[in-house]
Amino acid sequence: MITFEADGRTIQANEGETILTALKREGIQVPTLCHMEGLPPSGACRLCVVEVEGSPTLTPACSFPVAPGMKIKTRSPKVLEARRTNVELLLSNHPDDCLYCARNGKCDLQTLSMEMGIRQRLYRGKKTTRELDVSSPSILRDPDKCILCGRCVRVCEEVQGISAIDFVNRGSRAFIGTAFDTGLNLSSCVNCGQCVLVCPTGALSETSSLADVVAALSDPDKLVVAQHAPAVSVSLAEEFGVKPGTDLDGKMVAALRRVGFDRVFDTSFAADLTIMEEGSELVHRIKTGGVLPMLTSCSPGWIKFVEEFYPEFIPNISTCKSPQQMMGAVIKSFFAQREAVDPAKIVSVSIMPCTAKKFECSRPEMAPGHIPDVDYVLTTRELGQLLRMFGIDLAAMEPEGADTPFGERSSAGKIFGASGGVMEAAVRSAYFLITGKEYPDLKIQPIRGMHGCKEVRLNIDGLELGAAVVSGLGQARKLLDQIKAGRKDLHFIEVMTCPGGCINGGGQPLKADLEAVKSRMQALYKIDREEQLRVSHRNKWVLRLYEEFLGKPLSETSHRLLHTHYAQRDVLL
Amino acid sequence: MSAQTVERILTQHQGASRDALIPILQEVQEAEGYLSREAVIQISKHLKLPASKIYGVATFYNQFRFQPKGKYHFMVCRGTACHVKGSDKVLQTVMKQLKLSPGQTSRDRMFSLEVVACMGACGLAPVVNVNGEFYAKVSPRKLAQIIQSCREKEAVNAPR
Repeated sequence: MITFEADGRTIQANEGETILTALKREGIQVPTLCHMEGLPPSGACRLCVVEVEGSPTLTPACSFPVAPGMKIKTRSPKVLEARRTNVELLLSNHPDDCLYCARNGKCDLQTLSMEMGIRQRLYRGKKTTRELDVSSPSILRDPDKCILCGRCVRVCEEVQGISAIDFVNRGSRAFIGTAFDTGLNLSSCVNCGQCVLVCPTGALSETSSLADVVAALSDPDKLVVAQHAPAVSVSLAEEFGVKPGTDLDGKMVAALRRVGFDRVFDTSFAADLTIMEEGSELVHRIKTGGVLPMLTSCSPGWIKFVEEFYPEFIPNISTCKSPQQMMGAVIKSFFAQREAVDPAKIVSVSIMPCTAKKFECSRPEMAPGHIPDVDYVLTTRELGQLLRMFGIDLAAMEPEGADTPFGERSSAGKIFGASGGVMEAAVRSAYFLITGKEYPDLKIQPIRGMHGCKEVRLNIDGLELGAAVVSGLGQARKLLDQIKAGRKDLHFIEVMTCPGGCINGGGQPLKADLEAVKSRMQALYKIDREEQLRVSHRNKWVLRLYEEFLGKPLSETSHRLLHTHYAQRDVLL
Repeated sequence: MSAQTVERILTQHQGASRDALIPILQEVQEAEGYLSREAVIQISKHLKLPASKIYGVATFYNQFRFQPKGKYHFMVCRGTACHVKGSDKVLQTVMKQLKLSPGQTSRDRMFSLEVVACMGACGLAPVVNVNGEFYAKVSPRKLAQIIQSCREKEAVNAPR
């Protein structure tokens, strides 16, 4: 333990800790723009400067370790002046169109200039005028609003291991761009949207489908159907300032009906369906000596990652479509038949914690006969926007249940939203598929939680199974490299693109810290704990869907509707 | 063949790490005249560095170009002495007459334009260099003549 002094108060800190960390614990707020929790400091923005007694210059708190006896001033006139000047310089070439900005009200730069009491433009610099990058189906880039903090570059490189973007040029001509400054669609970007979450300004946002959805909702000729992903109900609350980890499932369903969706389905139902198909596929692969380890296919960012960086693992990926696409496929087939509607008249909207889902639904394989399984994807953030636009007071909603035939779900389908959830759900059902008995302990603790790489060995009726769960593509890369190097003890691997899983997806509410993400995860496991129906293979409506329409898992109809294929992608890696 | 040229350079950097990036880029540009996409992809595979990182590093320095040089390569000096002597006007003239921005090459590969910081000929400011030949105390009018003479040379050479 070290003792130092800040603003006249004596503070205890751990050896090696940065000033910023120590101050934060003490409740002393220090503004930052470039700092990222969990990553080494970069010290680029200089907003966290403090005065350290005996030092001739101001010291960046984010990258300077505390020392015993250090005397720090965090709000002296010199410090405040420097911070304000730094913000003013950032504003010198920043567009003034906050009213029209995707980040209006949620922008760190806006907040800072408010906090610093900046009331006029002191420095007037030449504005950058680069074109909007509208090439990606998932992510919209507005380089003019970029303040070059480098957080997107770092999350892309250091967390996801993609490096689709980097700093281009130098000095006043610098900007963030892809290799050869192509559009994001031609780069190695996997559309995960982690960059959107860390962007402090409106330079990065999702490509919005809100206008299309609003138009569809007001079209009397269309049957507009919504599905909502497991991770959305436990994070939507944050869009409305409610405590992280509050589950709003029923209220959200009611709100979606108020908005005008003709049917509201639960993607967790399709997750149960995925388990039936994927679990059967795993059992089939093990029994017939198929390609192992089998890799999950629910996360579209991860799929694109394999297609680009590890095409040799394409045969390992489960051929199952993701739950979103399975739901889309059965809506436009089984549901359309049941309701006697022309599939072309159905507008299928899915509400996802994800930006990559926007890319996924636009994949040509996902549109048999040129009718897309899913028409539009809204992120959790866009759903928040839709509800605000339509004047819906979530708090006043009476909870309602989702519609038949795709409204019932097991909690195994619900925990798909957290890293480890797909594996846990799959094990519960694969055990049943192999042994005919229920898995004795429904909670598989080693694969729960926020760790990037979790492993467990399972014994199913004498069959030794090696299972691994990774989240964050940087972690996935490490594991794939191990397998390439000859590791053979794994049979089934769950990969989610975003660290922690969909609960931390690129379409989720902004400004969530690690604690908020953990609360979302706990909310999912709480639902599982309190649920009666905890295994996918007991979902009555899934069984009925097989009885009335699909036949059995891996049947010909299943293969046509619920399975897909992948192909190597040539992009600038 | 360009791929083979790059391959040859890369074999001279067997087992190299990212530290070797700039020397490799320099050698490739020396041999090829510019850094093509294909070359960057080859280098990226060799060094196991993302293409975006290589592009980022290469654009940081003025010396690297991403389009082949034209038959007539114009280097306009924008150093301090040349600036004082009006090199900004000179650059504007070249850009207007050749319809090129710095770093670009015309579609017919005839002209290319580069801006440099100083050519060490400050006494002759403002200086323009075309294919290694220095032109001293260049005025916009003199420059128009230089460009014109390049065009005339081409017109004579052109097959009838």
